[in-house]
Amino acid sequence: MVNSIWLMIAQRLGLGLVTLFVISLLIFGAVELLPGDIAQEMLGQSATPETVAAFRRELGLDLPAHERYLNWLGGVVQGDFGNSLANGRPITDLIAGRLGNTLFLALYAAAIAVPLALVLGILAALYRNSWFDRAINVFTLSSISFPEFFVAYILIFYLAQSGLFPSIAKITPDATLGEKLYRTFLPALTLTLVVTAHMMRMTRAAIINLLASPYIEMARLKGMSPGRIIVKHALPNALAPIINVVALNLAYLITGVVVVEVVFVYPGLGQLMVDSVSKRDITVVQAASLIFACAYVLLNLTADVLSTLSNPRLVHKR
Amino acid sequence: MDALIGFLTALLWIAAVIVAAAGVAWVFKTVAIALAPAGVAKVLRTAPLTANFGIIVIIVYVTVAILAPLIAPYGEREVVGGEYLPWSTTHLLGTDNLGRDMLTRLIYGARNTVGIAFVTTGLAFALGSILGLLAATVGGWLDQLLSRIVDILMAIPSLIFALLLLTIVGTSVVNMILVIALIDSTRVYRLARAVAMNIVVMDYVEAARLRGEGLWRLIVREILPNASAPLVAEFGLRFCFVFLMISALSFLGLGIQPPTADWGSMVRDNATLITFGDITPLLPAGAIALLTVGVNFVVDWMLHRASGLKE
Repeated sequence: MVNSIWLMIAQRLGLGLVTLFVISLLIFGAVELLPGDIAQEMLGQSATPETVAAFRRELGLDLPAHERYLNWLGGVVQGDFGNSLANGRPITDLIAGRLGNTLFLALYAAAIAVPLALVLGILAALYRNSWFDRAINVFTLSSISFPEFFVAYILIFYLAQSGLFPSIAKITPDATLGEKLYRTFLPALTLTLVVTAHMMRMTRAAIINLLASPYIEMARLKGMSPGRIIVKHALPNALAPIINVVALNLAYLITGVVVVEVVFVYPGLGQLMVDSVSKRDITVVQAASLIFACAYVLLNLTADVLSTLSNPRLVHKR
Repeated sequence: MDALIGFLTALLWIAAVIVAAAGVAWVFKTVAIALAPAGVAKVLRTAPLTANFGIIVIIVYVTVAILAPLIAPYGEREVVGGEYLPWSTTHLLGTDNLGRDMLTRLIYGARNTVGIAFVTTGLAFALGSILGLLAATVGGWLDQLLSRIVDILMAIPSLIFALLLLTIVGTSVVNMILVIALIDSTRVYRLARAVAMNIVVMDYVEAARLRGEGLWRLIVREILPNASAPLVAEFGLRFCFVFLMISALSFLGLGIQPPTADWGSMVRDNATLITFGDITPLLPAGAIALLTVGVNFVVDWMLHRASGLKE
């Protein structure tokens, strides 16, 4: 029994590793497809062929592509992403603190959003087709349609204007946890509002789907209360789709974080990436994309494993 | 205390807007049923108020986008006064950070932002659905090849991938359209292929094959008509995603470039006003939100109808 679970997890991990490898190839290869030459582009049209050649050597561009890829990948595995094209600093230094900040913000938002979405989803399923359900339906459909920066600025307008919360999420490394939570409350709330809607709708749909099955009818016929039916009987079977949609939305947080960080001037990875895109600092963008893609793949992988584990029929396969 | 009052007035405003929207939608529904031919009226009668509201929003946006030069009081790029002028009779919504009329920019923004989003969605759809239908019809190695490529492209979050590609090709409107169309076509491909897979195995397609119909004719005449309903609903959803993505990129300063009027960059350029308690920068963001809400309402109703769900 236990062995087959480990085998399954190992299989998924292997598949995830392959995906990551292909993604790294894609991220590296996309730059290769660039028409023209990075060195020429960086130095401008007026550069002499000699300076361009010297610069190419410095960047390692004179080596063949596969050799450069292996060097790059070897560095990445050891946590060395190379140097920034724009200012020559090691990318690892640029990223180090910011990655922690971004993770902190994403976790903070998730810690609010996931319980909230589950409770609202269960309530909506319990009182389906009531006014409560309809109001939540319209509200969530609307908030899915709002651009992140709209939500962010509305919150700034109402909550930061009056001085309740700071509109700029500046955090210093030596800030206490409470202070950090307070200062990043608005960005976290923005992300929560954006993500909750989808999770809640899926929770509701998954539970309502199950309510039509015979064993639920049986429970109802023997006089069980609706709340107990949903929590005790429907929820365990709805876990797999719910876990999936939670993971999908946490992955969505990763992208949402980019815009929100820019609005709140939060020193995270997303803001670094946006700055680097406008500077066309390709090496930094490559590193940031790889990290975001890694988080995305890992989340999907975790969801896959967890939703399999939540299904006894798959765990205890005969 | 102030915050509480502010919050309560906001709630009151939201309630008022919802009531007004429902009223407008109800009037529209009644008028439309009375005026439309019998067939259309019958369909409209089943539409919920939200869907009617969505239809009105779409009609208004399209009208404004087409008639922009006639409606707008000033020229799109015309500097008409000081910077950040407040609302007044000459400049209904004040002026922006360079002294251009805000209302004018907002109206032209409908044309530029919505137009570009529409073109991008169209491109993504053409590419994605043709490849998807082709893969399902031909099958074999072509299907395998395309599907694996799409799998890989979809393994990277779309905004991150867009940022990566824009760094490589450089930021410009044409590049942005192509990049987003490419990324979104993968999602369309998945749906088109899945839908077509169920149709390809039907007997009538087999009969058409035996009759000797060519590949192109098979796809366009036999499979496409039966796959169109889910694809149309998907078009609405995709449009929302593309529209939000373009707005996000423009907001980040990487999408539609100035001096073209565009809602995303308008928010970015005038965002400082918000900290002074001026809601003007929220208007373009609200315009984006309103259109996506409208389209989502209509799509929701169409999906509901297509699935035959009667609650």
